[in-house]
Amino acid sequence: MSEAIHEQVAKQDYAYGFVTDIDTEIIPPGLSEETVQWISAKKKEPEWMLEFRLKSFEAWKKMSEPNWAELDYPKIDYQAISYYAAPKSLDERPKSLDEVDPELLETYEKLGIPLHERAALAGVAVDAVFDSVSVATTFKDELKKAGVIFMPISEAVHEHPELLKKYLGSVVPRTDNYFSALNGAVFSDGSFVYIPKGTRCPMELSTYFRINALNTGQFERTLIVADEGSYVSYLEGCTAPMRDENQLHAAVVELVAMEDAEIKYSTVQNWYPGDDNGRGGIYNFVTKRGICAGARAKISWTQVETGSAITWKYPSVILKGDDSVGEFYSVAVTSKAQQADTGTKMMHIGKNTKSTIISKGISAQKGRQNYRGLVKVLPKADGARSFTQCDSLLIGQKCNAYTFPYIEVENPSAQVEHEASTSSVEEEQILYCRQRGLKEEDAVNLIVNGFCKDVFRQLPMEFAVEAQALLNVSLEGAVG
Amino acid sequence: MLTIDNLSASVEGNPILKSLSLTVGAGEVHAIMGPNGAGKSTLGKVIAGHEEYDVSSGSIHLSGEDLLELDIEERASKGLFLGFQYPVEIPGVQNHYFLRTVMNAQRKTRGEDELSAGDFLKSLNEEMKALNMDADFKKRAVNVGFSGGEKKRNEILQLSMLKPSLAILDETDSGLDIDALKVVAEGVNRLRSPERSFILITHYQRLLDYIKPDVVHIFADGSIVKSGGPELALQLEEQGYASFGVKA
Ligand SMILES: Nc1ncnc2c1ncn2[C@@H]1O[C@H](COP(=O)(O)OP(=O)(O)O)[C@@H](O)[C@H]1O
Ligand SMILES: [Mg+2]
Repeated sequence: MSEAIHEQVAKQDYAYGFVTDIDTEIIPPGLSEETVQWISAKKKEPEWMLEFRLKSFEAWKKMSEPNWAELDYPKIDYQAISYYAAPKSLDERPKSLDEVDPELLETYEKLGIPLHERAALAGVAVDAVFDSVSVATTFKDELKKAGVIFMPISEAVHEHPELLKKYLGSVVPRTDNYFSALNGAVFSDGSFVYIPKGTRCPMELSTYFRINALNTGQFERTLIVADEGSYVSYLEGCTAPMRDENQLHAAVVELVAMEDAEIKYSTVQNWYPGDDNGRGGIYNFVTKRGICAGARAKISWTQVETGSAITWKYPSVILKGDDSVGEFYSVAVTSKAQQADTGTKMMHIGKNTKSTIISKGISAQKGRQNYRGLVKVLPKADGARSFTQCDSLLIGQKCNAYTFPYIEVENPSAQVEHEASTSSVEEEQILYCRQRGLKEEDAVNLIVNGFCKDVFRQLPMEFAVEAQALLNVSLEGAVG
Repeated sequence: MLTIDNLSASVEGNPILKSLSLTVGAGEVHAIMGPNGAGKSTLGKVIAGHEEYDVSSGSIHLSGEDLLELDIEERASKGLFLGFQYPVEIPGVQNHYFLRTVMNAQRKTRGEDELSAGDFLKSLNEEMKALNMDADFKKRAVNVGFSGGEKKRNEILQLSMLKPSLAILDETDSGLDIDALKVVAEGVNRLRSPERSFILITHYQRLLDYIKPDVVHIFADGSIVKSGGPELALQLEEQGYASFGVKA
């Protein structure tokens, strides 16, 4: 552990006159080998984990930030960022909903967030408000009975080192890309899920749990392993807007589906998009990849992306097992001055592998959006099939949307289809709806939700309702 | 019911409606006939409240209410329905969902309770049956992939569900074969009542064989040039617009 950094931390606390409290500790900005060591020590990690971080850091140092995406943002100073912040202590949080910003509560209401979750989302010390402990215990018991492992990855490092050593970095290697290497070096926390052979996870890993997952920080790391013949549906994120002071986010999610296993991974991302000029929003550079390692495995990504100023994200599937299936369903909204470069990669390696891509992009105001997708069929992937439907919807004159589909086929028996369309919300459609009694804003919402239907259908029921509301809130003020 | 007094309106600086006056009493059916480009659709849109059109003078009142003071959706909630000449497609939005959404929006504006799902479905099924519509219409996206006749029938379905006090049907008959025309006409006849008035905008006398109007107006160059009974439509059929001093 680095003495120097510890000293600095102490000094900083002193300088600001804080009472030193382990829970509120942050380290000063900057990234070096010492920082990585400090984080690892702070988390009391075993040697192998530290080694993983250091190797990632070494890889990162040799790489440079990618610039091929059509994204326009000021240069990020990686030495100006602080790479560790402990979660806020209970004392600092609001004690009840009465202490929470009413505007935030109003948004929760618009989004249809269940009452009992609002407090937790607003950062209220949950136990003081409702009896979450018993809920959690019931869920935990049920999962335990099924043999499902579901815990923070920082705990899994200690409790299931054999699984982590085997799978962490197995889908997204350390050297994969600049942001994943950075994540490998400094990741804060995230979830670890293991579903044993032949087990159907008895619940959506969501609802209650998403509250707990809030404070995972800016460098989230998630690993899900579904053993042979198992099934799990995992829900990441939340429709509620989250207060987050960290501008840079670089998450890594790895999925491993063995023979006959299925993983359904749904995301709703609603981080701060910045103001109308793009100032202050989150920069979100995410690496998400799954591998269908065995025959007939299936991985399905569903995402609803409405937040962040900058989004760089391509959830992918490596279709290694014969007859395996990869799916990508996406709704992405760019409004205000948001920019998104997003899409997917489907790598067909096994025979008769199948992929489906449905992407719905909505641009409003000064939003900019690119769909970037790669379908690659390798020489041995006999009978591979892939279908892409990529639709863009424009609201207003100042936004735009582009599509970059890359198709590389090295096996003549493959069938690869791609369909794309661009449309706009027509005056005449709005007029029609208004003549039937809808307000202009409701008319736009109706039209937009219709456009996204094929993707919303893929979301778990209650989540779909929230996602729809989220879209409406995101597009507030986009017309007129 | 509807009183239009001395109405003039323009679009992009071009005057279209010129000092037009029209009164439609409760329960009456009026037909407006006139050549292409005369401004018939414009009249419908101006009554409905389309913001693209500038009303330079005159007034429109519906049941005593000053319509020019109200937005499109407010006018709709006051019982005004405009059947579109070209009904719009809304991909991904199922017909039944659309109908329930707009009905509840109107009810909300009027301060009424939402319809229960059960009551809504019951009356939807009844109306669809009366209009000879297959059950799968409910699930199809609004007007998407509908034939011309299906679109018009869908307009009548919306009309019969929304139960307006004044319905303006803009060329609902054009592009229909004779069977579809009969279905539409029956739909309208079924909905005639002492509280509900209709304005039928049409090119053809044909529609009036099936829907007996109380009053027929000959419309040309932005205003009504002659009004009378159903015999005017017959005169038009036999002698053409020229007999009214109108260039067709
Ligand atoms: N939105 C518009 N912009 C420009 N001109 C229009 C618009 N709507 C109608 N017009 C013009 O107004 C005139 C009347 O059109 P319309 O009301 O559609 O006639 P009708 O329905 O009797 O055929 C036409 O000359 C048409 O070109
Ligand atoms: Mg017309």
